[in-house]
Amino acid sequence: MRYIEPHGHMVSRTTDDYKSMVMAGCQIVCEPAFWAGFDRSSAQGFYDYFCQLTQHEPKRASLFGLPHYTWLCINPKESEDVKLAEEVLSIIPEFMQSPNVLGIGEIGLNKNSKNEILVLEKHIDLAASNDQLILVHTPHLEDKRKGTQLILDILKADSRIKPERCIIDHVEEHTVKMVLDDGFWAGMTLYPETKCTSNRAIDILEVYGNERIWMNSACDWGSSVPLAVPNAIQEMRRRGKDPNYIDKIVYQNPIGFMSQSPRFVEPKS
Amino acid sequence: MNNRKEILDLYFLDARSRLIDIAAFMDRVNRSEGQADFRYSQFLEALNELGGTSSNQAEKVLLTFSDPTEDPIPKATTKAACGAWPGSIN
Repeated sequence: MRYIEPHGHMVSRTTDDYKSMVMAGCQIVCEPAFWAGFDRSSAQGFYDYFCQLTQHEPKRASLFGLPHYTWLCINPKESEDVKLAEEVLSIIPEFMQSPNVLGIGEIGLNKNSKNEILVLEKHIDLAASNDQLILVHTPHLEDKRKGTQLILDILKADSRIKPERCIIDHVEEHTVKMVLDDGFWAGMTLYPETKCTSNRAIDILEVYGNERIWMNSACDWGSSVPLAVPNAIQEMRRRGKDPNYIDKIVYQNPIGFMSQSPRFVEPKS
Repeated sequence: MNNRKEILDLYFLDARSRLIDIAAFMDRVNRSEGQADFRYSQFLEALNELGGTSSNQAEKVLLTFSDPTEDPIPKATTKAACGAWPGSIN
């Protein structure tokens, strides 16, 4: 069955993962900028990473006929160093017109600190000034509820920001309502231990509906599953969901959000 | 939406297995020696949210483990989250 992987950190994955995803029906993969698992020591390190995201990784995906899109930022995990963040922000515009760049992301908060908020606001300004879509990371575990509320308040305080052009990722049962009620898109991340399981994500769809919401694997260098979305598709089938219902969640909704970028091209299939 | 029998047919054995895993985890903690730990205290608190007839028990469990404060912290001293809030409102 066709699906879109709207959030996968493919630089951390193997070529075999690409092959498995395509064989499972993946039509497009989107890669937000991420923390490498260690702190990069300079803006030059980010420059090289952005080259990887805009030049090398699309070529790697194209070996499997898979369109690759990306999002650019310095991750909230590296936002405590405001000087470094400002240097990285200054080089992002150079990459913003690359054909596979959809917007600014995954920005957001990690531990909900004052410096993280400062850097988040700078990213939002960069996105608003350049009419870019926004993909937001919400904090982990005990920090998620508070961080999600702070992020929503910051976005709503900027009159240039249109909620329908922002996706708030990694929602769970205690944050999805506040995101959808404010008019934003919501992303559910399917992880083995943290964030959502397939079953919880499907429960959320049953309770909160299937508008302005998608699911992703957020596969990276940590405990994660590149085929999490097709696994969830199988679980939806087990619950007897209609194929059109499933297609809306895993294909049509991601298309609907990402089509707001002029650089996004819908697959012909 | 599936009816109750369908939900139980699909998920009862899986949930039963996970419940026994939780029980075994608690046995493991109780057999171990050491100081009280805020993570386990919150775990026990979260268990109190289970067993009722409400349909938002997952949300209540998540809120039990969540930082209830509203203001940003002055500075991030770690990147990691541990799954339970170590702070105190009092």
